[in-house]
Amino acid sequence: MIKDFVKGLWRENPVFVQVLGMCPTLAVTTKAVFGLSMGLATTFVVVASGVVISAIRKFVPEQVRIPMFTVVIATFVTVADYVLKANFYQISKALGPYIPLIVVNCVILGRAEAFASKNNVSRSFLDALGMGIGFTCALIILGGVREILGAGTIFGYRILWEGFTNWIIMILPAGAFITLGLLVGAFNMIDKKVKGQRCGN
Amino acid sequence: MKKTTINISPHIFSTTDTKRLMRGVIRALIPAVAASLYFYREKALWVIVTSVAGTVLTEWILQKTRKRKITIGDYSAVLTGLLLALVLPPAIPLWMSFLGGVIAIGLGKEVFGGLGCNIFNPALLARAFLMAAFPVALTTWTNPVGVDVVSTATPLAVAKFEYTVTPYMELFIGNVGGSLGETSAIALLVGIGYLLYKKIIDHRILVGFIGTAFIFAAVANIVNGEIFMPPLFHVLAGGLLLGAGFMATDPVTSPITAKGRWVFGIGCGLVSMTIRFWGGLPEGVMYSILLMNALTPLINKMSRPGRYGVKNGK
Repeated sequence: MIKDFVKGLWRENPVFVQVLGMCPTLAVTTKAVFGLSMGLATTFVVVASGVVISAIRKFVPEQVRIPMFTVVIATFVTVADYVLKANFYQISKALGPYIPLIVVNCVILGRAEAFASKNNVSRSFLDALGMGIGFTCALIILGGVREILGAGTIFGYRILWEGFTNWIIMILPAGAFITLGLLVGAFNMIDKKVKGQRCGN
Repeated sequence: MKKTTINISPHIFSTTDTKRLMRGVIRALIPAVAASLYFYREKALWVIVTSVAGTVLTEWILQKTRKRKITIGDYSAVLTGLLLALVLPPAIPLWMSFLGGVIAIGLGKEVFGGLGCNIFNPALLARAFLMAAFPVALTTWTNPVGVDVVSTATPLAVAKFEYTVTPYMELFIGNVGGSLGETSAIALLVGIGYLLYKKIIDHRILVGFIGTAFIFAAVANIVNGEIFMPPLFHVLAGGLLLGAGFMATDPVTSPITAKGRWVFGIGCGLVSMTIRFWGGLPEGVMYSILLMNALTPLINKMSRPGRYGVKNGK
């Protein structure tokens, strides 16, 4: 049981290992706080839809399962979208179309198809929670690196010295690709070290 | 009795290796470096020193930590640093030129697997990175003669936004604003002549690039001479000679076939002149070469010569 939860954090991390959900990962992580809010919204959707899909998995005909899953996911995305709009208007405005676009985030449909539709409710819940937290952590790291170099701040607090020249490229799309590539590389390096394998060609 | 050894081809060996090639290109850059030192004095020296230090140190550290063979002895990192310094503005903060060196080797070369595996010209990739990261510092040009920092515009910017042609003699000597190594046409021409004489670079890319730019500019100049400057101006001003002679001809990132090299050179010429005439920036040589670098594998595939004795290579 605990394995279902832990695997999303590291071994099957949705961003660094599965490389899923690249659209929000690359598009919204100009600041750490955007990464955090996008991650939390996605976590909510993936957990809620995972639980529901797992609960109804026995009544869903095989042929129409994908549309059914999508309807469930879209419902929770709408909930997340409206909650953000009502309570955190600034963040909702900054994230723009990327909140409704959680519907097409492949992490969510991927978990529904690969796990929730085949396992019971409690295991699906843990799996989805692990994936969601893994996704959130990855987005915060990505957003953090880009915010530190691109603006000298993290979560809005200035941590680099005054007069630091912002690396404008880091808040541009190019910076997202460079940072993600380097992070995936670093992740693999650490992963190989942890597993005790030799990194070499 | 003398023994006959039988071995597989190739049977003709050349004494040319990476080290010799790199040393040749560095030697060809001496006039351009000298010109930059003459015009920008110690400012040029420090930009060159920091940029080369950035490339060599990064290569050494990355290869050491990755437990690979240390290749700083083949001068390729030195050459990358030198080329990067020559395309930077003289008044750039020194930590930026150092960072440029780190990016050139780290993101431009080692990340792809080292020399020979990179897709893009490392020096130009670093310049594109710096351009996107620090647009103000990368477009602040200083006057060459004075010791004090006087902001000035490059000949291409003057031509693009004020429709004025800088006198050819000044472009030829290099007494104009611009990157360290791009201003002096005569120094670059001497270097390119040396490269051609030593057969280090192929004439196809060079002729394709400069020729296309010349013809493009000539046609545009005939159509509307008030907006589009004469072709000779476009060849002498900006980074065209430096880019065509030393960057586009990089053996790693340009096509290997003869036909492909023509396509590459002509493509570079078309893209850079398009950017110069209709783009937002006054200069387009850097982006044109990077763009054609990206197309190099395709060009290689397209222009593969047919097998001997087989019609149409089928």
